[in-house]
Amino acid sequence: MNVQTWTFVMVGLSFALYIGIAIWSKARSTGDFYVAGSNVHPLVNGMATAADWMSAASFISMAGLISFMGRDGSVYLLGWTGGYVLLALLLAPYLRKFGKYTVPDFVGDRYYSHVARIVAVVCAIFVSFTYVAGQMRGVGIVFSRFLNVNIEVGVLIGMGIVFFYAVLGGMKGITYTQVAQYCVLIFAFLVPAIFISILITGNVIPQLGLMGKVADGSGLYLLDRLNGLNEELGFNLYTDGSKSTIDVFFITAALMLGTAGLPHVIIRFYTVRKASEARISAGWALLFIAILYTTAPAVAAFARTNLLKTVRYEQNGELKDIRYEDVPSWFKNWEATGLIKFEDKNEDGAVQYRGPKSEIENELTIDRDIMVLANPEIAKLPNWIVGLVAAGGLAAALSTAAGLLLVISTAIAHDLLKGTIMPTLEEKQELNAARIAAGVAVCIAGYFGINPPGFVGQVVAFAFGLAASSFFPAIVMGIFSKRMNKEGAVSGMIVGITFTAAYIIYFKFISPELNTPDHWLWGISPEGIGTLGMVLNFIVSLSVSALTAPPPDDVQALVDDIRIP
Amino acid sequence: MDRSEKNKAYWRKNLQYLAILLSIWFITSYLCSIVFVEQLDKIRFGGYRLGFYFAQQASIWIFVELIFVYTWLMNRLEKKYRTDTETEETEQP
Repeated sequence: MNVQTWTFVMVGLSFALYIGIAIWSKARSTGDFYVAGSNVHPLVNGMATAADWMSAASFISMAGLISFMGRDGSVYLLGWTGGYVLLALLLAPYLRKFGKYTVPDFVGDRYYSHVARIVAVVCAIFVSFTYVAGQMRGVGIVFSRFLNVNIEVGVLIGMGIVFFYAVLGGMKGITYTQVAQYCVLIFAFLVPAIFISILITGNVIPQLGLMGKVADGSGLYLLDRLNGLNEELGFNLYTDGSKSTIDVFFITAALMLGTAGLPHVIIRFYTVRKASEARISAGWALLFIAILYTTAPAVAAFARTNLLKTVRYEQNGELKDIRYEDVPSWFKNWEATGLIKFEDKNEDGAVQYRGPKSEIENELTIDRDIMVLANPEIAKLPNWIVGLVAAGGLAAALSTAAGLLLVISTAIAHDLLKGTIMPTLEEKQELNAARIAAGVAVCIAGYFGINPPGFVGQVVAFAFGLAASSFFPAIVMGIFSKRMNKEGAVSGMIVGITFTAAYIIYFKFISPELNTPDHWLWGISPEGIGTLGMVLNFIVSLSVSALTAPPPDDVQALVDDIRIP
Repeated sequence: MDRSEKNKAYWRKNLQYLAILLSIWFITSYLCSIVFVEQLDKIRFGGYRLGFYFAQQASIWIFVELIFVYTWLMNRLEKKYRTDTETEETEQP
């Protein structure tokens, strides 16, 4: 069978599985719809959290990014895992003990303020829409490359599937489909990684292959071989970084703090029975995430080695650039999608792929997003694996999209309608409102998937920066400082968000030409500025609350109550 | 010990655990993987430079262990200081 048939089979089977689960797990109450009745087993919730968290960016883009960035890619590996330590130690158990359904619930009650609740709702909706647009685009890319349908049709199919199980099953349906999606995506990520590891290093375990020797008889370690290849073509050494230490520090911190403050991650910990289960569940989640996140740097190094060996091969002891008429079929396939671009600048018919330090002009541009998707083809793996990778990419994108859509629908039906505008809403009406909100959100997300706003890449910095500078400090202080009051928390959130947003908007939208290390404050890029926003938030909150009246007694009692076992 | 003293002792112990575990978290992710990565890279074992190994492999596994250790410590602590709210809690939504 050819690649396309295999892809249809793999994607079709996985979609049938998701629909079957959705029918089996229909939501019957708002408790089912928002938090799956709060009786999900911690291990199951951990698996669902892992699928929720690992988006198209983790599955499709991350290994490719590391492959091109080398050591600088560590910011994503550390930043997108380390936040779970903060979640498990500082947030999740207390939020679970507090109960209710959402982050705005906690912020609104703890700070006895509608303003605080509405700030939290607006942030939650903004952050989630930012994210979901990217997922739908990922769905479109996979469909257009592997199934030869155009992006619009691909996005519509993806929307249909998510619509079906998110609207019908709510959090309950999403939880159990996410478990299935985790299995699909981790299998789809590991199988090619193991095959390629065997091909390149002779080691079955990719993590060990990364630190082992290359199996080409040269006796060199993989990372040394890769450094050699990179250097020869004028790129930076793979194991060296090019970002400044302070910037790496701040970006990593912003990603970690943002992770711990993202509403679609936090909401997953409301689905277990009690606080102690929230802790262990975060541990399971990170373990399941770590399986992919420790494999990704290995895949990155293998992909880079394979790519460089394809464009620069050895003949009679001499290194040569590949001639354009000799390039393999994957090269032409991806060239057709515009994600690989070759321009024969010196008109010698050969493909010169060169880095910034080389004297020869570079003629090849490769989009980072294709490394994982093209990897099985580059390594000449069997067709069924290519189909499996397509199903895995879709599982990653759909599971994250569903989790985000649920946050949006909960924020609108529960926090905005029931919590502020129409407190008299009955449960049945609230459930219907949540379903309608989820349906509308799917359509908006689909629209952005088909017509992606050009700034999707830039707004991801926004999502993490805002979560780090607003939610994270507000929740942590709400738990660990009994003295923190409404005035302090609200002024801190406003200062944190305004500072972070202004910095990002200035460098990303108003003056993108100034977006270089020389112009940044202390050399901190817009991606890392959320960390500074968080520090400002803490300083402002603590000073303002010290100068104003302490919170009322019932709020202090609430804090005491969430702290005890 | 009465209830409120018990709760205070429990909370103090919890804060101690947090201080220790978060220090380890900070040292592995920020000091070993970022600030001192160049110095650690001079130490080699197998194909790895130590700093690079911390940044792309070891830190992630240490994060996982930190959470499981904290869970274990807290379960032990809760057993010691258990209050009667425990039974109530399981019935909440």
